Amino acid sequence: MKLTWWKILCILLLLFVSIGGVLLPVPRLNILNETIRNVYFHVPVWFGMMAMMALSGWYAVKYLRTNDADNDLQSVEFANTGLLLGLLGYVTGAIWGNYAWGDPLPKDPKILSAAAGMLVYLAYWLLRGSFRDEQQRARVSAIYNVFAFATFVPLVFVLPRMTDSLHPGNGGNPAFGRYDMNSEMRMVFYPACVGMILLGYWISTLRIRLRRVDAALFEREDQLAERSRS
Amino acid sequence: MKKIVFLATFLLLSANLVAQQTVGSDVEMADTMRSNGKIYVVAAVFAIVMIGLIFYLVSLDRKIGRLEKEIKK
Repeated sequence: MKLTWWKILCILLLLFVSIGGVLLPVPRLNILNETIRNVYFHVPVWFGMMAMMALSGWYAVKYLRTNDADNDLQSVEFANTGLLLGLLGYVTGAIWGNYAWGDPLPKDPKILSAAAGMLVYLAYWLLRGSFRDEQQRARVSAIYNVFAFATFVPLVFVLPRMTDSLHPGNGGNPAFGRYDMNSEMRMVFYPACVGMILLGYWISTLRIRLRRVDAALFEREDQLAERSRS
Repeated sequence: MKKIVFLATFLLLSANLVAQQTVGSDVEMADTMRSNGKIYVVAAVFAIVMIGLIFYLVSLDRKIGRLEKEIKK
């Protein structure tokens, strides 16, 4: 089997990050010490989650426009992978926070918002589970998905900037602040973000394809049953 | 595609040329691990875990590809 270019890119980036992230030089900072390397692994996971949620919202809108069940299926799977990545980001953040801030979950606006945002997506699961009718489930959850993304972005990106946060680059508006990270770190950080987004996309597409196979099998069984009846 | 890859590569390479931060060598880092080479053990373990996960992903990809082919028949 030949892998498409983005899968190969994903593998190369992840390998580079897993080796370079440990070995390449980082700035010597008090308190953080060697844990600054967590930036290469904790932050990209959140980037991956954002990308997955954006894709999920995109396919939700697409479903509403086309009424094609395939779009609904993609929307769900992207949201699933997004939640998984978000959970990983939350747990890794708690571990890191325990040592850098002395508290796994301090009352930080960014952490609280991320938790709220993830609850919004957990409610998406509940919502989906509460419908019997497939079309109704797809339509209502697609609408909810659009709202979920529209609340998630301001929660995670806007609100923490309006107050003070322990997270770097969050008081005021210094996103990607010049002083938060030096160029040596960027060289690993950006590939890590791209790699994690691609990995999330890859996992989602696998699940999407599996669901499609499932749906095709189900349809075939239906046809067979109909034929035997008539 | 090629152009974008080239652009990304050179952007990343040039990033390293920007002035370095001053180094405070009194900050405690994993220097012992680095000097006795044990950090490479960490790197190797990490890399192997990654490789294992990626192999698993690729094999899943293949299996699903095979299923898809069967469905199409």
